[in-house]
Amino acid sequence: MKKSFLFISCEEAQHICDKRQYGEATGWERVKLGIRLSWCRITKAYSSRNNKLTDAINKAEVDCLNNNERDKLKQEFEKELAKHQ
Amino acid sequence: MADHKINPNNWINLYSDYLFNYTISRVSDREMAQDLVSETFLAGLKSMANFKGEASERTWLISILKRKIIDYYRKINSNKGKAEVRMNYNSDSEAEGDWLEERVADPFDKTAEDKLENSELGDAIYDCMAKLPEKQAEVFKMKTILGYDTETICNELGITASNLWVIIHRARTALAECMEKNWF
Repeated sequence: MKKSFLFISCEEAQHICDKRQYGEATGWERVKLGIRLSWCRITKAYSSRNNKLTDAINKAEVDCLNNNERDKLKQEFEKELAKHQ
Repeated sequence: MADHKINPNNWINLYSDYLFNYTISRVSDREMAQDLVSETFLAGLKSMANFKGEASERTWLISILKRKIIDYYRKINSNKGKAEVRMNYNSDSEAEGDWLEERVADPFDKTAEDKLENSELGDAIYDCMAKLPEKQAEVFKMKTILGYDTETICNELGITASNLWVIIHRARTALAECMEKNWF
């Protein structure tokens, strides 16, 4: 019981790592992840790849249409498309 | 040889985000980027008969969009009457850029170089996202790019928070793998 309080599975560690990418991991979860990272090579590799992906996304400043913009575009396009079909 | 088929019914779902990201990284104006993407789709519809199937639909649409972006810059330059544009355009070669300036690296212009690398990185991320299953791509996009909070996405898509995190985990794993092969 006490062990699971502090020690987490690899899957849970990866889940916390995912949440951390979005700033949604709690302080306690970050502590548990830190402990797992100190000895688990698999978690460490996953975390490193995950961080790298986040860095790449932030660096590239990727953008996309939000739902309203997309709906507007779709409506305009479908109107024109109907004329061609 | 015509290997690719054209189907405008799927254009918005398949290419709108890619084209938008391509545009916004080059024009830095959200509304203008939307207009240019919309114009690109409409121009694509009008010139569907010219699609030979030698390139993919996306490549074909990007080539239309590139011309739209060039036209946009020409227009603002002529409107301003300030910038004197003396660029030689060369569309005959198979090299990456059509503009001479695109082919010459300016060692002192770090910002432009970084910007170019970042937009290429963005294209690489979108290439990898295009390989994700539709649901994964949608959830990943809403969470990571649009920055929606977990509750909003769950309400909108009718999924639970734990479902969302499973989808995010799968998407991130696939994307990291793809980026490792193609970029890192």
